[in-house]
Amino acid sequence: MSGAAKLGRRAAGIWAALAALLLASLGAFAAASGERTGTAAGRTPKPVLVIEKGERCVEDTAYMRRNHMKLLLHHRDDTVHKGIRTEKHSLQNCINCHASSKNNSVLGSDENFCQSCHTYAAVKLDCWDCHSSKPKQQAATAAAAVAKAPVSAGGKQ
Amino acid sequence: MTDNKTTPVDEGRRRFLTASAAMAGVAVAPGVVLYEIAHGKPADEPASHAVRWGMLIDTNQCQEGCDECVKACGEENGFGHGTRETDSQWIRKVELRDMRTGRTKSLPVMCQHCAEPPCVDVCPTGASFKRPDGIVLVDRHICIGCRYCMMACPYKARSFVHERITDQNPDVPRGIGCVESCTMCVHRVDRDQQPACVEACAKAGHGAILFGNLNDPNSEIAKRIAQYSTMELRADLKLNLGVRYQGF
Repeated sequence: MSGAAKLGRRAAGIWAALAALLLASLGAFAAASGERTGTAAGRTPKPVLVIEKGERCVEDTAYMRRNHMKLLLHHRDDTVHKGIRTEKHSLQNCINCHASSKNNSVLGSDENFCQSCHTYAAVKLDCWDCHSSKPKQQAATAAAAVAKAPVSAGGKQ
Repeated sequence: MTDNKTTPVDEGRRRFLTASAAMAGVAVAPGVVLYEIAHGKPADEPASHAVRWGMLIDTNQCQEGCDECVKACGEENGFGHGTRETDSQWIRKVELRDMRTGRTKSLPVMCQHCAEPPCVDVCPTGASFKRPDGIVLVDRHICIGCRYCMMACPYKARSFVHERITDQNPDVPRGIGCVESCTMCVHRVDRDQQPACVEACAKAGHGAILFGNLNDPNSEIAKRIAQYSTMELRADLKLNLGVRYQGF
Protein backbone atom coordinates (compact mmCIF):
# COMPACT_ATOMS: atom_id res chain seq x y z
CA MET A 1 0.00 0.00 0.00
CA SER A 2 2.69 2.40 0.97
CA GLY A 3 4.41 1.62 -2.37
CA ALA A 4 1.32 2.72 -4.31
CA ALA A 5 1.06 5.96 -2.34
CA LYS A 6 4.69 6.66 -3.05
CA LEU A 7 4.10 6.09 -6.76
CA GLY A 8 1.10 8.42 -6.70
CA ARG A 9 3.14 11.15 -5.05
CA ARG A 10 5.89 10.74 -7.60
CA ALA A 11 3.40 10.95 -10.50
CA ALA A 12 1.94 14.13 -9.08
CA GLY A 13 5.43 15.56 -8.81
CA ILE A 14 6.17 14.71 -12.43
CA TRP A 15 2.92 16.32 -13.59
CA ALA A 16 3.69 19.46 -11.67
CA ALA A 17 7.14 19.64 -13.23
CA LEU A 18 5.73 19.11 -16.72
CA ALA A 19 3.13 21.82 -16.23
CA ALA A 20 5.79 24.24 -15.07
CA LEU A 21 7.95 23.42 -18.06
CA LEU A 22 5.03 23.88 -20.44
CA LEU A 23 4.18 27.24 -18.94
CA ALA A 24 7.77 28.37 -19.13
CA SER A 25 8.15 27.37 -22.76
CA LEU A 26 4.86 29.03 -23.69
CA GLY A 27 6.05 32.18 -22.03
CA ALA A 28 9.33 32.05 -23.90
CA PHE A 29 7.55 31.46 -27.21
CA ALA A 30 5.23 34.39 -26.61
CA ALA A 31 8.17 36.59 -25.78
CA ALA A 32 10.07 35.44 -28.87
CA SER A 33 7.15 35.95 -31.24
CA GLY A 34 6.48 39.33 -29.72
CA GLU A 35 10.07 40.20 -30.33
CA ARG A 36 9.88 38.98 -33.91
CA THR A 37 6.82 40.97 -34.78
CA GLY A 38 8.13 43.95 -32.92
CA THR A 39 11.43 44.32 -34.79
CA ALA A 40 12.82 43.06 -38.10
CA ALA A 41 15.77 41.31 -36.50
CA GLY A 42 14.50 38.81 -34.00
CA ARG A 43 15.79 35.40 -33.18
CA THR A 44 15.20 34.45 -36.80
CA PRO A 45 16.24 37.34 -39.00
CA LYS A 46 13.78 37.88 -41.81
CA PRO A 47 15.07 38.64 -45.28
CA VAL A 48 15.54 42.29 -46.01
CA LEU A 49 14.46 42.99 -49.54
CA VAL A 50 15.58 46.35 -50.79
CA ILE A 51 14.46 46.79 -54.38
CA GLU A 52 15.74 50.01 -55.76
CA LYS A 53 15.19 49.82 -59.49
CA GLY A 54 12.40 49.04 -61.91
CA GLU A 55 8.68 49.53 -61.47
CA ARG A 56 7.85 45.86 -61.25
CA CYS A 57 9.38 42.46 -61.76
CA VAL A 58 9.12 40.53 -65.01
CA GLU A 59 6.47 38.32 -63.37
CA ASP A 60 4.22 38.62 -60.30
CA THR A 61 6.11 38.71 -57.03
CA ALA A 62 4.33 35.63 -55.66
CA TYR A 63 5.10 33.71 -58.84
CA MET A 64 8.73 34.79 -58.78
CA ARG A 65 9.17 33.76 -55.16
CA ARG A 66 8.14 30.21 -55.95
CA ASN A 67 9.38 29.85 -59.50
CA HIS A 68 12.38 32.07 -60.18
CA MET A 69 14.67 29.06 -60.09
CA LYS A 70 12.61 27.26 -62.71
CA LEU A 71 12.63 30.26 -65.01
CA LEU A 72 16.37 30.64 -64.61
CA LEU A 73 17.00 26.96 -65.23
CA HIS A 74 14.90 26.98 -68.39
CA HIS A 75 16.46 30.15 -69.69
CA ARG A 76 19.97 28.97 -68.95
CA ASP A 77 19.52 25.91 -71.18
CA ASP A 78 17.96 28.01 -73.91
CA THR A 79 20.86 30.43 -73.78
CA VAL A 80 23.75 28.02 -73.51
CA HIS A 81 22.56 25.41 -75.99
CA LYS A 82 20.40 27.35 -78.42
CA GLY A 83 21.86 30.84 -78.14
CA ILE A 84 18.54 32.44 -77.20
CA ARG A 85 19.53 35.63 -75.44
CA THR A 86 16.27 37.30 -74.55
CA GLU A 87 16.51 39.64 -71.61
CA LYS A 88 13.30 38.95 -69.72
CA HIS A 89 14.16 35.81 -67.76
CA SER A 90 17.92 36.13 -67.88
CA LEU A 91 20.09 36.16 -64.80
CA GLN A 92 21.67 39.38 -66.02
CA ASN A 93 18.28 41.04 -66.07
CA CYS A 94 17.70 39.98 -62.44
CA ILE A 95 21.05 41.42 -61.42
CA ASN A 96 20.57 44.66 -63.33
CA CYS A 97 17.55 45.52 -61.19
CA HIS A 98 18.32 43.79 -57.92
CA ALA A 99 21.96 44.72 -57.37
CA SER A 100 22.29 46.92 -54.31
CA SER A 101 23.36 50.51 -54.87
CA LYS A 102 25.69 50.17 -51.88
CA ASN A 103 28.08 47.61 -53.32
CA ASN A 104 26.66 47.20 -56.83
CA SER A 105 26.01 43.50 -56.24
CA VAL A 106 23.28 41.02 -55.33
CA LEU A 107 25.63 39.48 -52.77
CA GLY A 108 27.86 40.72 -49.99
CA SER A 109 25.66 40.97 -46.92
CA ASP A 110 22.35 39.67 -45.65
CA GLU A 111 20.81 42.85 -47.00
CA ASN A 112 21.70 42.06 -50.60
CA PHE A 113 18.83 40.70 -52.64
CA CYS A 114 19.84 37.14 -53.46
CA GLN A 115 21.89 36.45 -50.36
CA SER A 116 19.24 37.82 -48.05
CA CYS A 117 16.50 35.34 -48.98
CA HIS A 118 18.81 32.42 -49.53
CA THR A 119 20.36 32.82 -46.10
CA TYR A 120 16.87 32.90 -44.62
CA ALA A 121 15.76 29.81 -46.54
CA ALA A 122 19.11 28.07 -46.01
CA VAL A 123 19.39 27.29 -49.73
CA LYS A 124 22.91 27.31 -51.05
CA LEU A 125 23.60 29.62 -53.96
CA ASP A 126 26.09 28.28 -56.43
CA CYS A 127 25.27 30.55 -59.36
CA TRP A 128 27.96 32.91 -58.21
CA ASP A 129 30.80 30.41 -58.42
CA CYS A 130 30.81 31.23 -62.11
CA HIS A 131 28.43 34.12 -62.75
CA SER A 132 29.22 37.70 -61.93
CA SER A 133 27.05 39.09 -59.16
CA LYS A 134 27.39 42.58 -60.55
CA PRO A 135 25.38 44.24 -63.29
CA LYS A 136 26.95 44.73 -66.67
CA GLN A 137 25.84 48.31 -66.96
CA GLN A 138 27.94 50.64 -64.93
CA ALA A 139 26.91 53.96 -63.45
CA ALA A 140 26.74 55.82 -66.77
CA THR A 141 24.41 53.39 -68.45
CA ALA A 142 22.48 52.38 -65.33
CA ALA A 143 19.93 55.14 -65.90
CA ALA A 144 19.19 53.80 -69.35
CA ALA A 145 18.70 50.31 -67.91
CA VAL A 146 16.14 51.61 -65.44
CA ALA A 147 14.26 53.34 -68.21
CA LYS A 148 14.35 50.17 -70.29
CA ALA A 149 13.24 47.76 -67.56
CA PRO A 150 9.45 48.37 -67.65
CA VAL A 151 9.45 48.08 -71.44
CA SER A 152 11.18 44.73 -71.40
CA ALA A 153 8.90 43.58 -68.59
CA GLY A 154 5.73 44.26 -70.51
CA GLY A 155 6.98 43.52 -73.99
CA LYS A 156 7.83 40.42 -75.90
CA GLN A 157 10.06 37.97 -74.12
CA MET B 1 11.43 11.93 -121.29
CA THR B 2 14.19 10.52 -119.15
CA ASP B 3 16.91 12.16 -121.18
CA ASN B 4 19.20 14.02 -118.80
CA LYS B 5 21.31 15.72 -121.43
CA THR B 6 21.94 19.36 -120.65
CA THR B 7 21.06 21.60 -123.53
CA PRO B 8 22.30 25.19 -123.93
CA VAL B 9 18.73 26.34 -123.28
CA ASP B 10 18.72 24.56 -119.91
CA GLU B 11 21.93 26.22 -118.88
CA GLY B 12 20.69 29.66 -119.74
CA ARG B 13 17.54 29.03 -117.74
CA ARG B 14 19.59 27.72 -114.81
CA ARG B 15 21.82 30.79 -114.78
CA PHE B 16 18.76 33.03 -114.81
CA LEU B 17 17.17 31.16 -111.91
CA THR B 18 20.37 31.21 -109.87
CA ALA B 19 20.80 34.92 -110.44
CA SER B 20 17.21 35.75 -109.55
CA ALA B 21 17.38 33.62 -106.40
CA ALA B 22 20.51 35.50 -105.34
CA MET B 23 18.77 38.82 -105.99
CA ALA B 24 15.74 37.79 -103.95
CA GLY B 25 18.01 36.97 -101.06
CA VAL B 26 19.38 40.47 -100.92
CA ALA B 27 16.34 42.72 -100.77
CA VAL B 28 12.77 43.02 -101.91
CA ALA B 29 12.65 46.77 -101.26
CA PRO B 30 15.01 49.32 -99.75
CA GLY B 31 15.39 48.47 -96.09
CA VAL B 32 13.38 45.26 -96.36
CA VAL B 33 15.59 42.22 -96.38
CA LEU B 34 13.91 39.00 -97.38
CA TYR B 35 16.25 36.75 -95.52
CA GLU B 36 19.60 37.04 -93.90
CA ILE B 37 22.22 34.36 -93.86
CA ALA B 38 25.45 35.89 -92.75
CA HIS B 39 24.14 38.20 -90.06
CA GLY B 40 23.32 37.70 -86.43
CA LYS B 41 19.94 36.46 -85.40
CA PRO B 42 17.22 38.08 -83.31
CA ALA B 43 17.71 37.41 -79.60
CA ASP B 44 14.68 35.11 -79.35
CA GLU B 45 15.68 32.92 -82.26
CA PRO B 46 17.74 29.79 -81.70
CA ALA B 47 21.05 29.26 -83.48
CA SER B 48 20.48 27.68 -86.86
CA HIS B 49 22.03 24.85 -88.85
CA ALA B 50 21.93 27.13 -91.88
CA VAL B 51 24.90 28.98 -90.42
CA ARG B 52 28.35 27.62 -89.72
CA TRP B 53 30.62 30.10 -88.07
CA GLY B 54 34.26 29.83 -88.96
CA MET B 55 37.53 31.68 -89.10
CA LEU B 56 40.20 31.97 -91.69
CA ILE B 57 43.65 32.88 -90.45
CA ASP B 58 45.98 34.42 -92.98
CA THR B 59 49.43 33.50 -91.71
CA ASN B 60 51.04 35.95 -94.14
CA GLN B 61 49.37 38.81 -92.30
CA CYS B 62 49.97 37.46 -88.81
CA GLN B 63 52.96 39.21 -87.27
CA GLU B 64 55.63 37.53 -85.25
CA GLY B 65 55.76 38.91 -81.71
CA CYS B 66 52.28 40.38 -81.87
CA ASP B 67 49.85 38.96 -79.36
CA GLU B 68 46.97 41.40 -79.66
CA CYS B 69 44.51 38.55 -80.25
CA VAL B 70 45.65 36.74 -77.11
CA LYS B 71 45.39 39.92 -75.04
CA ALA B 72 41.97 40.76 -76.41
CA CYS B 73 40.75 37.24 -75.65
CA GLY B 74 41.93 37.56 -72.06
CA GLU B 75 40.30 40.92 -71.63
CA GLU B 76 37.00 39.87 -73.15
CA ASN B 77 36.74 36.58 -71.34
CA GLY B 78 38.32 37.63 -68.09
CA PHE B 79 41.68 35.99 -67.61
CA GLY B 80 45.28 37.03 -67.63
CA HIS B 81 47.39 35.69 -70.42
CA GLY B 82 50.13 33.34 -69.46
CA THR B 83 50.98 34.78 -66.09
CA ARG B 84 50.76 31.44 -64.33
CA GLU B 85 51.14 27.93 -65.62
CA THR B 86 47.64 27.07 -64.47
CA ASP B 87 45.99 30.02 -66.22
CA SER B 88 43.51 29.24 -68.94
CA GLN B 89 44.62 29.65 -72.52
CA TRP B 90 41.83 29.92 -75.04
CA ILE B 91 44.11 31.17 -77.78
CA ARG B 92 47.88 31.07 -78.04
CA LYS B 93 50.45 32.23 -80.52
CA VAL B 94 52.48 29.42 -82.00
CA GLU B 95 55.80 29.97 -83.77
CA LEU B 96 56.60 27.44 -86.48
CA ARG B 97 60.06 27.03 -87.92
CA ASP B 98 61.08 24.95 -90.87
CA MET B 99 64.25 23.26 -89.63
CA ARG B 100 65.81 22.98 -93.09
CA THR B 101 65.04 26.34 -94.58
CA GLY B 102 64.83 28.34 -91.38
CA ARG B 103 61.55 29.93 -92.52
CA THR B 104 59.40 30.94 -89.55
CA LYS B 105 55.68 31.47 -89.25
CA SER B 106 53.65 32.83 -86.41
CA LEU B 107 49.99 32.00 -86.03
CA PRO B 108 47.25 31.88 -83.43
CA VAL B 109 45.80 28.50 -82.47
CA MET B 110 42.56 28.14 -80.59
CA CYS B 111 39.64 25.70 -80.48
CA GLN B 112 39.17 24.69 -84.10
CA HIS B 113 35.43 24.20 -83.71
CA CYS B 114 35.38 20.82 -85.40
CA ALA B 115 32.26 19.56 -87.13
CA GLU B 116 33.07 16.18 -85.59
CA PRO B 117 34.53 17.25 -82.25
CA PRO B 118 36.39 14.53 -80.30
CA CYS B 119 35.73 16.46 -77.07
CA VAL B 120 31.99 15.98 -77.59
CA ASP B 121 32.48 12.29 -78.38
CA VAL B 122 34.25 11.55 -75.12
CA CYS B 123 32.30 13.77 -72.71
CA PRO B 124 30.60 11.47 -70.20
CA THR B 125 27.97 14.00 -69.11
CA GLY B 126 27.01 15.78 -72.30
CA ALA B 127 28.54 19.03 -71.09
CA SER B 128 30.74 19.29 -74.16
CA PHE B 129 28.49 20.02 -77.10
CA LYS B 130 28.28 21.60 -80.51
CA ARG B 131 25.78 24.33 -81.20
CA PRO B 132 23.74 24.05 -84.40
CA ASP B 133 25.81 26.87 -85.89
CA GLY B 134 29.03 24.91 -85.40
CA ILE B 135 30.40 26.56 -82.25
CA VAL B 136 31.77 23.97 -79.82
CA LEU B 137 31.10 24.84 -76.18
CA VAL B 138 31.18 23.50 -72.64
CA ASP B 139 27.98 23.74 -70.62
CA ARG B 140 29.51 24.49 -67.24
CA HIS B 141 26.28 23.60 -65.49
CA ILE B 142 26.83 20.00 -66.57
CA CYS B 143 30.64 19.79 -66.64
CA ILE B 144 32.07 17.71 -63.81
CA GLY B 145 35.67 18.64 -64.55
CA CYS B 146 36.83 15.16 -65.51
CA ARG B 147 39.05 16.56 -68.28
CA TYR B 148 38.51 13.71 -70.76
CA CYS B 149 37.86 16.35 -73.42
CA MET B 150 41.23 17.94 -72.74
CA MET B 151 42.90 14.64 -73.51
CA ALA B 152 40.76 14.00 -76.57
CA CYS B 153 41.44 17.38 -78.17
CA PRO B 154 44.21 17.11 -80.79
CA TYR B 155 44.82 20.87 -80.60
CA LYS B 156 45.31 21.18 -76.85
CA ALA B 157 42.65 23.82 -77.01
CA ARG B 158 40.98 23.26 -73.66
CA SER B 159 41.95 24.47 -70.21
CA PHE B 160 40.84 23.51 -66.75
CA VAL B 161 40.01 26.21 -64.23
CA HIS B 162 42.05 25.39 -61.16
CA GLU B 163 41.38 28.39 -59.03
CA ARG B 164 38.43 30.35 -57.77
CA ILE B 165 37.53 33.20 -60.10
CA THR B 166 35.94 36.50 -59.16
CA ASP B 167 34.81 39.55 -61.13
CA GLN B 168 33.93 37.69 -64.29
CA ASN B 169 32.60 39.43 -67.35
CA PRO B 170 28.81 39.11 -66.82
CA ASP B 171 28.58 37.75 -70.38
CA VAL B 172 31.23 35.11 -69.80
CA PRO B 173 30.56 33.07 -66.67
CA ARG B 174 33.66 31.11 -65.65
CA GLY B 175 34.39 29.15 -62.53
CA ILE B 176 36.56 26.68 -60.69
CA GLY B 177 36.31 22.99 -61.53
CA CYS B 178 35.19 23.27 -65.15
CA VAL B 179 36.90 22.81 -68.47
CA GLU B 180 36.69 25.70 -70.88
CA SER B 181 37.93 26.76 -74.27
CA CYS B 182 37.47 29.34 -77.00
CA THR B 183 33.75 30.03 -77.42
CA MET B 184 34.32 32.02 -80.61
CA CYS B 185 32.99 34.81 -78.37
CA VAL B 186 29.54 33.30 -78.71
CA HIS B 187 28.00 36.07 -76.62
CA ARG B 188 29.26 38.62 -79.14
CA VAL B 189 28.44 36.53 -82.20
CA ASP B 190 24.83 36.17 -81.02
CA ARG B 191 24.70 39.97 -80.96
CA ASP B 192 26.06 40.30 -84.46
CA GLN B 193 29.54 41.29 -83.34
CA GLN B 194 32.89 39.80 -84.26
CA PRO B 195 34.93 37.72 -81.83
CA ALA B 196 37.30 39.81 -79.70
CA CYS B 197 40.47 38.41 -81.31
CA VAL B 198 39.24 39.23 -84.81
CA GLU B 199 38.45 42.78 -83.80
CA ALA B 200 41.80 43.22 -82.05
CA CYS B 201 43.75 41.89 -85.02
CA ALA B 202 41.97 44.28 -87.36
CA LYS B 203 42.56 47.14 -84.93
CA ALA B 204 46.26 46.33 -84.81
CA GLY B 205 46.25 46.75 -88.58
CA HIS B 206 46.99 43.14 -89.48
CA GLY B 207 43.53 41.84 -90.32
CA ALA B 208 44.88 38.32 -90.26
CA ILE B 209 41.71 36.72 -88.89
CA LEU B 210 38.56 36.66 -90.94
CA PHE B 211 35.35 35.61 -89.26
CA GLY B 212 32.18 34.63 -91.05
CA ASN B 213 29.59 32.12 -92.12
CA LEU B 214 31.18 29.24 -94.02
CA ASN B 215 27.75 28.11 -95.27
CA ASP B 216 26.94 31.35 -97.02
CA PRO B 217 28.58 31.31 -100.45
CA ASN B 218 28.39 35.10 -100.58
CA SER B 219 30.30 35.67 -97.35
CA GLU B 220 33.85 36.97 -97.54
CA ILE B 221 35.21 33.90 -95.79
CA ALA B 222 33.45 31.45 -98.11
CA LYS B 223 34.71 33.35 -101.15
CA ARG B 224 38.26 33.35 -99.83
CA ILE B 225 38.35 29.64 -99.07
CA ALA B 226 36.83 28.95 -102.49
CA GLN B 227 39.54 31.01 -104.17
CA TYR B 228 42.71 30.34 -102.20
CA SER B 229 44.44 27.27 -100.95
CA THR B 230 43.71 26.93 -97.26
CA MET B 231 44.36 24.12 -94.86
CA GLU B 232 43.13 22.57 -91.66
CA LEU B 233 45.46 21.62 -88.83
CA ARG B 234 45.79 17.85 -88.65
CA ALA B 235 43.56 17.47 -91.68
CA ASP B 236 44.35 13.75 -91.55
CA LEU B 237 41.96 13.42 -88.61
CA LYS B 238 39.08 14.47 -90.90
CA LEU B 239 37.39 16.53 -88.22
CA ASN B 240 36.12 19.18 -90.65
CA LEU B 241 37.37 22.23 -88.80
CA GLY B 242 35.72 25.60 -88.51
CA VAL B 243 39.11 27.34 -88.35
CA ARG B 244 41.26 27.27 -91.46
CA TYR B 245 44.77 28.58 -92.19
CA GLN B 246 46.04 30.25 -95.31
CA GLY B 247 49.59 30.92 -96.46
CA PHE B 248 51.68 28.20 -94.89
